[in-house]
Amino acid sequence: MRTILYILQKEFIQIFRDKFMPRIIFGMPIMQLIVLSFAATFEIKNTDIIFVDDSHSIESAHLISKFEGSAWYTVKATVRNYNEAADMLRKNQAHQILIIPRDFSEDIARGNKASLQIVTDAVDGSAAALRNGYAQAIISGYQKDIIVQKTGLDHFKQPIETSTLFWFNPELNYQTFMVPGILVLLISMMGMFLAGMNIVKEKEIGTIEQINVSPIKKSQFIIGKLLPFWLIAMFELAFGLVLAKLIFNIPMLGSVGLLFLVAGVYMVLILAIGLIISTVSDTQQQAMFIAWFFMVIFILLSGLFTPVESMPEWAQRINYLNPIAWFIKIIRLLMLKGAGFAEIKQIFFILLVYGSLMMTIAVKRYKKRV
Amino acid sequence: MIEVEGISKTYGKVLALDDIHFNTKKGELFGLIGPDGAGKTSLFRILTSLLLPDKGRASVAGFDVVKDYKKIRSIIGYMPGRFSLYPDLSVEENLQFFAKVFKTSIEENYHLIKDIYQMLEPFKKRPAGKLSGGMKQKLALSCALIHKPEVLFLDEPTTGVDAVSRKEFWEMLAKLKEQGISILVSTPYMDEAAMCERIALIQNGRIMDINTPFGITQAFPDELFSVSSDNIIHLVKDLREYQELKTAYTFGSNIHITFKNLPDITTLQTYLEKSGHSNIKIIPENAGIEDCFMNLMQNQA
Repeated sequence: MRTILYILQKEFIQIFRDKFMPRIIFGMPIMQLIVLSFAATFEIKNTDIIFVDDSHSIESAHLISKFEGSAWYTVKATVRNYNEAADMLRKNQAHQILIIPRDFSEDIARGNKASLQIVTDAVDGSAAALRNGYAQAIISGYQKDIIVQKTGLDHFKQPIETSTLFWFNPELNYQTFMVPGILVLLISMMGMFLAGMNIVKEKEIGTIEQINVSPIKKSQFIIGKLLPFWLIAMFELAFGLVLAKLIFNIPMLGSVGLLFLVAGVYMVLILAIGLIISTVSDTQQQAMFIAWFFMVIFILLSGLFTPVESMPEWAQRINYLNPIAWFIKIIRLLMLKGAGFAEIKQIFFILLVYGSLMMTIAVKRYKKRV
Repeated sequence: MIEVEGISKTYGKVLALDDIHFNTKKGELFGLIGPDGAGKTSLFRILTSLLLPDKGRASVAGFDVVKDYKKIRSIIGYMPGRFSLYPDLSVEENLQFFAKVFKTSIEENYHLIKDIYQMLEPFKKRPAGKLSGGMKQKLALSCALIHKPEVLFLDEPTTGVDAVSRKEFWEMLAKLKEQGISILVSTPYMDEAAMCERIALIQNGRIMDINTPFGITQAFPDELFSVSSDNIIHLVKDLREYQELKTAYTFGSNIHITFKNLPDITTLQTYLEKSGHSNIKIIPENAGIEDCFMNLMQNQA
């Protein structure tokens, strides 16, 4: 027991003597929360649009004015020739083209089906989908106007009226959705990178030899090495939650105690992965690359940026092994939905079993002699 | 104190240690002398329980290095060839840490490290990584000694250390020996062999000879001469071309030679004069450890 304390004491001296570490511990959460949460949103504030107006009618002018009136659109140009517009799209001078054909006004007047064409730069697929949605919304608003005009009814009645409510995030606030996930990333990186690299560092500078010839037990060494990062991760989570509340006013509907219980178990799993990485690498550089390899896969599949449900079956299956995906699910349930233990119990036990399993493998793999 | 019986170790296809046998006595200062790559470090790692041998058995203070490794770890002190203390911890913190993990304190065994640590004391707040080579080595020795080990393993402690510090270091070892600590030390420097009580000459994973330094030099089979002239570069070449010689090796500014048959100095002198050498000196020489090492190496090949 005393031995663990001595190792802990040594670790904390080393961590806080390093100029770099306190910056990571305090700087990283602030930077990540602020930069990622403010910068990465699912809204596109501006779309540059070009009109190819072959119709030249009151109707086409009305439609164009609808776009001009939208806060999301900047009208770049109105041209007569499609090729001219297409050229501008190629040169990145605009994001979207709306083509209004010659018969547009006549078709509307006669009650025929009028057609429009939207061309969107889809180099960035998700942006293109959003822009297409915006254009569709404006056009359908315009459509409503026409029907009102034609039928003379002030309150156009549709056969089906839908009203949409978004539960747990009524305004579809992107930050509310994002910040809990970023907290998960923060503590995961803490565990996998820093703990893994910390042990490999002892191999690199050769001090592990001195530890190995000492009576320090394997379990004492591992606990002494991992516990500091477990504690730092817990601190990090608390610090992040306070920032989330102060800066973004993210709700915390569930129990904070429960969140820390889950996080405590989750960190055992993450530290076990860090330890396994350290047993297979000889240098910090190798450890870093292996950790990155898994980290990138875990993050991209985690559902932080794109919904897991939209991924193919096999990718969703990989997610059964993705600790980050599990914890993001839990933290969102806890913070935004106010879930109690009953609702998260299943995932909690998955993390518990997964964590114990990985820690067993990690400890077995770690050898004091070869 | 240390018993090694038939230890072998291979790395892939490379035979690092080949059937090593030797014993050391309690309180003995035993030296393993051999060049880099001879297998010294592998042997140290096996004896300190860090590496498992492929064949053979070894024990330290009666404890088997494979089965009783836990006991071994609390009675030995190991100073690896590479400096392996925490560079970001201060001199004092390093020493304290190693004292504590061996469940002792600096005060308890201060008498053992007193002479060494006194030299370090002015720098005790300095990070270990910022010490000079000689100081690092003294700190490493202090850390290996702080738990009062019965056996001290020092793997090339003087490599990369200046001549004055090397001399000091051997004086420290002699004092530790007086305190009853058994020491196994390895070195690639043949001149340091004389500081040990007994030595084993090791080359290519094999022990070529074990004896006292005096015993080893006494066993040198041939008459040895030291040759010098004004033109040392040509001298080597000319001596190697001279058919009557068995060996000719450079030792500093001299060349040590042995003859195939009975030494004939007069003929050699004439040969060298003819080859254009001046100021020729050919004098009988006592064989040193290095001469014996070269001789044994030649016999093996």
